[in-house]
Amino acid sequence: MGKHKTPMLDELEKGPWPSFVSDIKQQVEKGKHVLKEAPDDLLGVMELSYEDKVTHWKHGGIVGVFGYGGGIIGRYCDQPQQFPGVAHFHTVRVNQPSSKYYTTKFLRELCDLWEKHGSGLTNLHGSTGDIVFLGTTTDHLEPLFFEMTHELNQDLGGSGSNLRTPECCLGKSRCQFACYDTQEVCHQLTNEYQDELHRPAFPYKFKFKFDGCPNGCVASIARSDMSVIGTWRDDIRIDQKAVAAYVNGEIKPNAGAHGSRDWGKFDIQKEVIDLCPTNCMSYDGKALEINNRECTRCMHCLNVMPQALRVGLDQGASILFGAKAPILEGAQMSTLTVPFMKIEPPYDELKDLIEKVWDWWMEEGKNRERLGELIQRKSFQEFLRVIELDPDPRMVDEPRSNPYIFWKEEEVEGGWTRDIDAFRAKHQR
Amino acid sequence: MPYDPSDPLKDRITDIGPRYYADFFPPVIKNNKGKWLYHDILEPGVLMHKSETGDEVYTVRVGGCRLMSVEHIKEICDIADKHCDGYLRFTTRNNIEFMVDSKEKVKPLVDDLKSRKFEAGSNKFPVGGTGAGVTNIVHTQGWAHCHTPAIDASGVVKAVMDGIYDEFGSMRLPAPVRVSLACCLNMCGAVHCSDIAILGIHRKPPMIDSEWIDKLCELPLAIAACPTGAIKPAKTATGLKSLEVNAERCMFCGNCYTMCAAMPLADDLGSGVAILVGGKLSNRISKPKFSKVVIPFIPNEPPRWETTVKAVKNILDVYAADARKYERLGEWAERIGWERFFEKTNIPFTHHLIDDYRFAYTTWRQSTQFKF
Repeated sequence: MGKHKTPMLDELEKGPWPSFVSDIKQQVEKGKHVLKEAPDDLLGVMELSYEDKVTHWKHGGIVGVFGYGGGIIGRYCDQPQQFPGVAHFHTVRVNQPSSKYYTTKFLRELCDLWEKHGSGLTNLHGSTGDIVFLGTTTDHLEPLFFEMTHELNQDLGGSGSNLRTPECCLGKSRCQFACYDTQEVCHQLTNEYQDELHRPAFPYKFKFKFDGCPNGCVASIARSDMSVIGTWRDDIRIDQKAVAAYVNGEIKPNAGAHGSRDWGKFDIQKEVIDLCPTNCMSYDGKALEINNRECTRCMHCLNVMPQALRVGLDQGASILFGAKAPILEGAQMSTLTVPFMKIEPPYDELKDLIEKVWDWWMEEGKNRERLGELIQRKSFQEFLRVIELDPDPRMVDEPRSNPYIFWKEEEVEGGWTRDIDAFRAKHQR
Repeated sequence: MPYDPSDPLKDRITDIGPRYYADFFPPVIKNNKGKWLYHDILEPGVLMHKSETGDEVYTVRVGGCRLMSVEHIKEICDIADKHCDGYLRFTTRNNIEFMVDSKEKVKPLVDDLKSRKFEAGSNKFPVGGTGAGVTNIVHTQGWAHCHTPAIDASGVVKAVMDGIYDEFGSMRLPAPVRVSLACCLNMCGAVHCSDIAILGIHRKPPMIDSEWIDKLCELPLAIAACPTGAIKPAKTATGLKSLEVNAERCMFCGNCYTMCAAMPLADDLGSGVAILVGGKLSNRISKPKFSKVVIPFIPNEPPRWETTVKAVKNILDVYAADARKYERLGEWAERIGWERFFEKTNIPFTHHLIDDYRFAYTTWRQSTQFKF
């Protein structure tokens, strides 16, 4: 058994959900990881935190591989004498393949590499999507990077003030709703911007995420500085026979997603027509009609009747900017900026947009200011001028209610230069 | 040629990016990409996608601990080799998906997955996480690996998932419920748009390690890091350059500690859990929404965080019993009104829940429309 007593962590071996404690213990017992004491000492230091109710990890130091400013995060334990196996316990971020499909061959190669150069512990996956190798010492970093690039043809992900590892939903690979090839654009842009990903030159982090449809499975609208969300601008395709099959109860609604509870017979009026946020649908007992011009593509009807309804064929994406978590000015979601763009190789229009945004942010952004905060500070109007887009009512929920308009001099007839003496000639002081 | 420590830049390869995703597609995915017609959830955790070619792919989704050992990954590989021709994928919510190309292959796979348990008894591969249920909790590092957390991550997630385990393996809720955990306000778990968010918060201002602060930190950066302007320069009695925190202005974001290691703020009594609810990401029916703070503080209770588990379960149960079909937690709370939310869930409404930061006014009620 392990070298530390862990009575509190042992409590987390109970219960039905998979126990990470049991898992780390099996690595302690059976694992072939080179840093022999690491998993054991990780349990030890966690147990100490469970007793003390505070963390025992220090601020990261600057570690990395030559030529890169990101991808490795330094980590040190604040009780190195007690837990020498995790005294130095750096994180390695490995850029995952688009939407995280793997062959077992490749996963085993990653496992072998990590056994050879680290603790044998990972995150599958980190919050931004990377394969995370959890815990190694500085001397292992260069050999690990060398073998990963030479033998596995695999590179690191991003960290620090750079482009973070882009992420996408599984898109067209296994979903009927995807309106563009999220995986391909994610892969191509990741490769296009390798320099930005590995060498920090930004005011702060920058994230791309690619959702194939407005259901938003990869959370781009909340979690990325640039959210690319699939959409379409023609008509939802309707199979009236399948609509009838839903109405008659031959097909389970919502793809069976409510299957464990009896919600009664499917009622198309109540469950689809009346829940449509724009009231653009009707059903007369024979045919479903959609006034597509009024549809805002919320996905509800498509989700409820996937065998009857399909997204339109004129597909592309809406592009939104500026999401971030609360630090500092409060959480923000992305703001609709480009209502529609075709997303097709070689993605020049998208790259052109990205580069305009970056140029402005790198010029104007303060240290640790996210794009969303810069847009708030400088104004959305300024952002639109920079990316050379005309204002559009789709970009706002409603027009401003205060009249404090920052008029530009060139917008005002006669400009701003006036003659006070001429004024006084007509108006006594 | 192996790595040569005396010449680390020799034959260096850089900027090659990730592996090409399509090289990892199982044949049924490769052959049908872009041709999918629809999907159906056959039972909790089992999806079928139908292609216009007539092909079908059956996906079995299982929950994973995001903190995962190489030994465990090898077992996942063994399962994929045995049942799925050596292919698998992971989801954005730390689930593992095993795919097979015919219906007959589903049951042996599910049986195999359900039979595997850790020695101490927990399931290795619980099947579920689909449809109108609770899927896996996305979370952060906590006490396993991070320097700024207010709470642990993996342990809280384990305790909460044990508490609501039945909702992972069934689809009896009004709509999907996304539970997320971030162990501090930095939110690398980005929980700000979750149906139920478990968030680590601090409640004590940073301490100043005055003997060291000028050696460890750029003092102007630490001052500038404070969003409320609560930090100013100071001198110690012995004349060392230091900083001073105006505690009344501190809202415990921890941004100063991120910039300066000599300003620690985690504390056994000060730090703990806040619960936020009602956020969503999807554009379905209503717009995406932020999560709102409904419980300002629950103490850290390792190892099983009983009060936090109870709070999550309570909110989930009241929502499940009261909301309409398709209604997300936040949509339900808005329909019944937040005054009713607090009444039905029996959660006390305290002054902590009224916004007093940026844009606070936008969340106050400017109307005479309310419920008694």
